[in-house]
Amino acid sequence: MLTAILTLTGVGLVAAIGLGIASRVFAVQVDPLVEQVAELVPGVNCGACGNASCNAYAEMLVAGTAGIDECTVMSDEARAKIAEILNIEFTKTDKPTAVVLCQGTTAHIQLKYHYDGVPSCRAAQLVAEGYTGCDYGCLGLGDCERVCPFDAIHVVDGLAVVDEEKCTACGKCVDVCPRNIIELHTTNQRVHVLCSSQDKGKIVRGVCDVGCIACRKCVKVCPVEAIEFKDNLARIITEKCIQCGACARACPTGSILDQGGPHYIAKINDNCTGCTLCARKCPAGAISGEKKLLHVVDEKKCVRCHVCYDVCNFEAIALVDEQGQEMIAPKPKKKKKKAAAPQGAAS
Amino acid sequence: MIGRMFRGGVHPPEKKLSADVPVKPLPVPEQVIVPLSMHIGAPAKPVVQGGDEVKLGQLIAESSGFVSANIHSPVSGVVRTIEPRDHPLGRKLPCFVIDNDGKDDAVEFTPLGDWPTAEPKALIEAIHAAGIVGMGGATFPTHVKLSPPPQFPIDTVIANGVECEPYLTSDHRLMLEHPDRVLEGLRIVMRVLGLDKGFIGIEQNKPDAIALMREKVADHPGVEVLALPVRYPQGAEKQLIYAATKREIPSGGLPMNVGCLVQNVGTLAAIRDAVVEGKPLVERIVTVTGEAVAQPVNLLVRLGTPIRLLIEAAGGATVPTAKVISGGPMMGLAQYTDQTPVIKGSSGLLVLGPEQAPVIEAGPCIRCGACVRGCPMGLQPTELARLVQNDDFAAAEAWGVLDCIECGSCAFGCPAHIKLVHWIRFGKAEVMARRKKG
Repeated sequence: MLTAILTLTGVGLVAAIGLGIASRVFAVQVDPLVEQVAELVPGVNCGACGNASCNAYAEMLVAGTAGIDECTVMSDEARAKIAEILNIEFTKTDKPTAVVLCQGTTAHIQLKYHYDGVPSCRAAQLVAEGYTGCDYGCLGLGDCERVCPFDAIHVVDGLAVVDEEKCTACGKCVDVCPRNIIELHTTNQRVHVLCSSQDKGKIVRGVCDVGCIACRKCVKVCPVEAIEFKDNLARIITEKCIQCGACARACPTGSILDQGGPHYIAKINDNCTGCTLCARKCPAGAISGEKKLLHVVDEKKCVRCHVCYDVCNFEAIALVDEQGQEMIAPKPKKKKKKAAAPQGAAS
Repeated sequence: MIGRMFRGGVHPPEKKLSADVPVKPLPVPEQVIVPLSMHIGAPAKPVVQGGDEVKLGQLIAESSGFVSANIHSPVSGVVRTIEPRDHPLGRKLPCFVIDNDGKDDAVEFTPLGDWPTAEPKALIEAIHAAGIVGMGGATFPTHVKLSPPPQFPIDTVIANGVECEPYLTSDHRLMLEHPDRVLEGLRIVMRVLGLDKGFIGIEQNKPDAIALMREKVADHPGVEVLALPVRYPQGAEKQLIYAATKREIPSGGLPMNVGCLVQNVGTLAAIRDAVVEGKPLVERIVTVTGEAVAQPVNLLVRLGTPIRLLIEAAGGATVPTAKVISGGPMMGLAQYTDQTPVIKGSSGLLVLGPEQAPVIEAGPCIRCGACVRGCPMGLQPTELARLVQNDDFAAAEAWGVLDCIECGSCAFGCPAHIKLVHWIRFGKAEVMARRKKG
């Protein structure tokens, strides 16, 4: 009994002393900065930045060989904290999110043939260029779902759907999609053409209910010429788009999605002083009126961009729905102190 | 001489339903659809336009690179347009649409004359001009194959009359009905390469063809007929070379790496026609077969004929068709429309009913090893499929995924009906894409 206790205690002591010495002699020197930064990087090891792991990226950050923007996954808060720790410049990014440019759920599309092969989009694409009637749309076999490290994209009714909350824009789905229909759009771009078909309208109509048929109605209604046509497909020029959603309302097949809104028609009340600011700012030329007289909005021309609402300084423009019911009250007058802010800064 | 048997392989039911049916010409259709791509390599460049009148055998598109091939009009008439049409490969590709005027008004063919004394260069030029490509299915331009770089001297040429795919009988019928054309074609190839030795490989399930070819080669001591054991894929290039010469092509290599050259018997007959008659490649023999057609037949078909007409010529479908395959059942490509045309590599058209082509869910791998035993390339299909399934393409490459010849022996033998070839093809495509990216 006693022998056993003494032996075990002895072994314990020897091991403890050995370990204690080893921990000092063989200690790995870690830069405390790296430790701090490693705490803040996402820690999902997605590889989007090109480094093997998030730790490796943290080391590169501290060493100054990697930029803080290279990680697409990190939140702005974490970015700001790291910038503070490392004392480097940091500008807020406009966080992008993945957008699937197709709305072809099973109910909307025709199939070319019955597909019986392996359940992978990339493999299906090898068999007669895919089994969907449309050669450009989502195949819905979920390669993007399987590759996503954040559980942010799922196939629902044969169509990949992005969960914007979870998406970090790491771009893995963009790379894996054999039909290249996933793009990264900034989240403040709220209007998207959700179709990738480069076929002519007649062909698109034959295979899909919700595809772009190249009718160009969107081009005609866009007040700021922010839609261009290429390969029978409408494309939004994000730098020009004012998010009014007029194109989405005009699209006969519903292939343009407006996530912004709701959008209302502008209506000018008696507070109008006739300053003409709204008429000058209106991109659609829907507001008319003489200087110093009450202005009027042509409801048919109004594209519901709310630009006039934003610029009016006299509490004179309300936003109404189709029935004329006021949905948003006029913007209150700016207080005198702040009214000094220059106009240019607002736009 | 019979070479050693290649490892692996399977023996699917032969089902040569049309073996005894003589080849008969199919009436020329009113309109033909001739793709600009009927060969591996760069698509041919059109030399006529919509509205132009063309004669039978007139050059309508010329080869646009070293690996490319000429295309000639299979009918006389008017080119209606050049537009994307359904191609047997399964996508829309640019095609000539030519309205046939029914006259078969042909251009004047200029034969090479006395070929046994002609320069090899002139022979290759005649073959190039006639737009000849490998007619066994791979459609590799023949003039390229016949011009190996000087560091790879060819010492053995093998005529491929194996036809190991079940159902298909077009090469068999060709050897029975036109043995002299095949033999003369082989001798032309031997002349081009300066060889006095050649083989004709035929599977033992075609004893009549073996006997006939043996009789014909009696006058030509350099040519030997090999009666090969019946085992799929005996007709695959690498396996045939192994059987004839016991040489093994290194991984990633070509037959010329071991001094061999294989030509399908159909290609040889076309070579002979090009050289002796000056005739371009505008028609070929196609086997139209399968349990779902009334009368399996062998047809002499003009290129560009829609396969719908071929099925009609075989008496039409007797049951609702489940699958129409261009080529054989092991390696052919399923078609999603009957509007696709016959091209230079269309050796057969297989029409199957639901009984022959059932839809079966793939089950889990039971580790039985049937695919490993069946693989003629010594690969491990089940392991490759698993790696590809896990997106581990680097490992799949290390396990030799690119050596797969896609013969289908593994999937044929798999009791769990796993789509092994499809997984492996997917892996090959990804590995190649990654290599391109660098």
